[in-house]
This record gives sequence, structure tokens and C-alpha cells, in this order.
Amino acid sequence: MSETTETVSRPVQTFLPHRAGLPRLSTYFVTLWRRRHFAIELSRASMRAAHTNTFFGQFWLVISPALNAVVYFLLVNIIRGGNSGPDFFLHLLAGLFAFNFISATMSAGANSVVSGGSLVLNTAFPLLLLPWSALRTAFFRFLPSLIILLAFFSYFAFIGPHPVACDAAGACVELNTVHFSPVQLMAIPAFMLIFVFAAGLAALMATVQVYFRDTTQFLPYATRIWLYLSPVLYYADQLQPWMLKLEYFNPLFPMLGIWTDTLARGIMPPMSWWLGSAAWAFGTLLIGTFYFISREREFAVRI
Amino acid sequence: MEDEMGEPIPQIAHRSVSNEVAITVADLDVTYRTTIEKRPTLKQAIVRLGRGKRSVRTVEALKDVSFQVNRGTVLGIIGHNGAGKSTLMRTVAGIVPPTRGKVEVVGRTSTLLSLGVGFNRQLTGRENVILGGLAAGLTKDELEDRYDRIAEFADIGDFIEMPMRSYSSGMAARLAFSVAVHLDPDILLIDEALSTGDAVFKEKATERMQQLVDNSSTMLLISHALRTIINMSTECIWLDHGKLMMRGNPEEVVDAYTEYMHVKKTSAVLNDM
Repeated sequence: MSETTETVSRPVQTFLPHRAGLPRLSTYFVTLWRRRHFAIELSRASMRAAHTNTFFGQFWLVISPALNAVVYFLLVNIIRGGNSGPDFFLHLLAGLFAFNFISATMSAGANSVVSGGSLVLNTAFPLLLLPWSALRTAFFRFLPSLIILLAFFSYFAFIGPHPVACDAAGACVELNTVHFSPVQLMAIPAFMLIFVFAAGLAALMATVQVYFRDTTQFLPYATRIWLYLSPVLYYADQLQPWMLKLEYFNPLFPMLGIWTDTLARGIMPPMSWWLGSAAWAFGTLLIGTFYFISREREFAVRI
Repeated sequence: MEDEMGEPIPQIAHRSVSNEVAITVADLDVTYRTTIEKRPTLKQAIVRLGRGKRSVRTVEALKDVSFQVNRGTVLGIIGHNGAGKSTLMRTVAGIVPPTRGKVEVVGRTSTLLSLGVGFNRQLTGRENVILGGLAAGLTKDELEDRYDRIAEFADIGDFIEMPMRSYSSGMAARLAFSVAVHLDPDILLIDEALSTGDAVFKEKATERMQQLVDNSSTMLLISHALRTIINMSTECIWLDHGKLMMRGNPEEVVDAYTEYMHVKKTSAVLNDM
């Protein structure tokens, strides 16, 4: 980007070679902030174009995650052959919705720069606004799914049956353990980490897509496998010890773990999960952002 | 003045050029790497890896180019395809950074480049105008102020509220031109953008460019229609394979260029080259 100084009300812009492939970061981020309204407007306009502001458009934003959840719930229950309780259903919903947010950010982020077309070719602006705009869109599409979650949660907590099973010795356990608890507030910082992680992924995927245009074709398969490897269709603590070791390499293991445990089960996950999530989230943000910025000058000649 | 088709050829009257410098280009090299493939894929990359081939090509688009442009100048840029004209424009606009050297630009630049207008064809003309303006650094209020003028000047009626995929190329060009000139640029960069649009709009566009010149805006103009360059510019530079060959009076530079290219300076060449 440029350095800007005022002389006789006309800004002087100096364009110099990038040092180590990077523009001056202070100027870059200042410009990025000043032009944030572009990312916001782009996200709004593309949501309008996808008719998500019409009644039925919004309706689908709520219905499709709910149907998705029902499909997976049936699948998991049939495969397991058992009937899981309401707490597992809520865990599944919460996990699935957060996972969908991440995968939507990835695919929209991947397309953000290559679909920027002539704007990328003809206008000097921080292109990081494009994946960030995709992130904003994915976030606003994720929000309605929380309504579904809240509805089911309220049902199980207040209206649904609360059967109690007692053994011969007279010790009783409640089968429906769903109840609102203050621990659920910890889902907010948990989601923030997921959001930060997604921001990094969006920038990363946007860059990769410029170099390999078939990335978006591989992406659905990769995300599906990622879903099965992550604690969405099962509880994290159900894994075999040897698998748990492998999960150190899966960022979504601690991240979805802290999200579903706090939000759906109301239990406080171990500190190691929080630290692991934070490390993955900020690490990905840092790597994704800098990879993007260091390659950005090439985008205008590669699109 | 008219060409053989009876269409008016844009012409601009020039006031004296100021001695304030608007653009300084010093020892500019621009080198970039690009792929040979139109649409690079991972699949092809793996196939190439197996064969030990590389698909990346280094393009030396500009080599050691230096010049200054004073405020109020209309600088024509001519040269063969691939001479580096567009790269020069994009470097001045700050889109492509220099590999070596320096570009200094005084004032706000606005670009009207050839590579397409309206970046998202799913969105309406209005949305494209707003987004283009926001990306170029205007505030929402500034855009609110100008929007009506932009729409009126483009004169495409109700199409402004329709997705740009429904536009004809002329309509898209009119909208793009309207946006570029209404951003009140100190420096306007125009790359082959006047070739589209009908005669009436061309006239209107020329009029508006005259206004900008009168307000001592600086203009950089790329056109293959050499007549346009002669009529509109106060100065002209000629690029050949990334090198600055000549700079001076438009008529003289065009003469030298056409002679060098071994083409007869017929009227058809002047209009269409």
C-alpha cells in the first residue's frame, strides 16, 4: 500500500517495492480499517443477492440446519443402535452448527478473491477485505441456527420429560440432564476462538484458491472427513486413548470441544482444551493473514 | 473532426499545464511471475511435478522507466500489445507495487481500466457503484452525495437497479466511466475505455473529460486509436517491451511509433491501431 501525507490538501502517495514481500503493515492495516465498510456492504449485497433477506430466504437459514441435524441424529442413532438422550442431541446440534460455520467460511473465503474479478484488477485496496467479507456473511448465516438450538434446549430443559432411573440400592440418576447453567456463558469466548480460527482459514483458502483453482472442488470432501474426525457425531471423551493422541493435530478437537461442552452440556472443559484452541485459532489467523498479504501483490496478475 | 464512419473523434482543448508535479516515476522496474495456464489447478501442478516442468513465467513488464508528469497534463501512452502500458497504469494506481524504483502520486487517483467493469455481475449496478466507491476509499456519505449524479450521467435508466449480468457491454462501460469521473479524481487513468459506448455517450464523456482537464486534473490515457491520442493528449510516451522509447509532442511520438512499426499512417490505422 502507500504512505500518505497531506500537502495542499492533496495526499501524496508513494509506492515503493515491498520489503520481504510485505507492504508496510501499519499503513496496510490502517487502510484496511478505513475501508471496512466495503467488506460490510459486500457481505450485505451478496446476502441480498442470495435472497437471504426475503422471508423464505431467512426461513431456510433456520430450516436447513435443523433438517441437517435431524438427519445426522437419525444416522448416529441407527448406526449406534442405541437411543442417545437429549443432551447428546444438543451436543450434535451445537457441534454441527459451529462446524457448518467453519466450512461455509472456508468455501466462501476460497472464492472471495477469485470472484473479485475486475475490482481486484482495477482498484488499489487491501484485498484482505474480501475474505473478511465472506467471514461476515458466514457469521450472519450461522446466527439463525442458534435459534434452533435455543428452541430445542428450552424444550428439553423446561417441557420435555425428566425421567429418573433408580437402581436396586435406591440410588437415582436423572436421564435428562439438560438445564440452563452459568457455564454456558463460556460458550461466548469459545465461539470467539472459532471465529478467529475461521478468519485465518478464510484468508488461507482465498490465497490457495488463486494458485490452485480446483481447491473448491476438493474442499467438500476434505471438510466431510474433517467433520467425521471431529467431536461432533460423538463426544470427545468417548475416543480411544490412541485416537486422542492423534487429535492433537486436529484444531477442531479442542475448539468444538469447548464450544459444545460449555453450550450444550454446561460443563467446563479442561484448561488444556482452552489453551489448545487459543493456540490453533491465533496461530491460524497469523499464518493465514500473513500468507495472504505476502501473496496479495501477485493476485492482480494471476486472476 | 470526424472519422470515416462519420463518428466524432473526441478532442480536448488544453489550457496551459501547471508546473506542479503530479506523477513522478523514477527508475521503475516491474517484474512479476505468472502462470502459463489460464486456470492453474492442483491436478495440473501434480502432473507437472511428475514431468519436472514448471509453469511459472517471469514477466519483465517495465524496465527502468522514468518520467514526470505535471498537473493538468493529458499523457497519452502508446505501444504494442504487451509493451507494459497497462502495467504502468496499474503501478501508478498502486495496484501493482514496483519491483525496483519509486512512483509518487500527488492527489487522488481514479482508474478506468480496460479489464472489465462492474466486478460482480450478480449484484445490481447500484451495488457495484457503491462497492467500487467504498473500495476506492470514498466514505458512504461521499457516495450518497454523488450517487444520483453518477446514475444520471450513466443514463441507463432502470437498469441501474438490475443485476449487471443483464447489462450490454455499452451500458457497463457507461456506468464505469460515470463512476470514474465522478470520484473527482486529481489523476484519472483511462485504459482503452473510450472504445465502447455510442457516439452520443462518447461526446458526453469527452465533455466531462474536458471539465476535468479545465479543473487541472491530470490524465493518463491508453488507446490504440492513435488519432484519439493525438487529439486528446498534451504529451505522449511510447513504450516498447517495457522500455520508454520516446516522450514528447503526441504528433511526433505517434509518427516515430508508426514508422518504427512499419505501418503506413493511414486514417484507418490512426483510428483503429
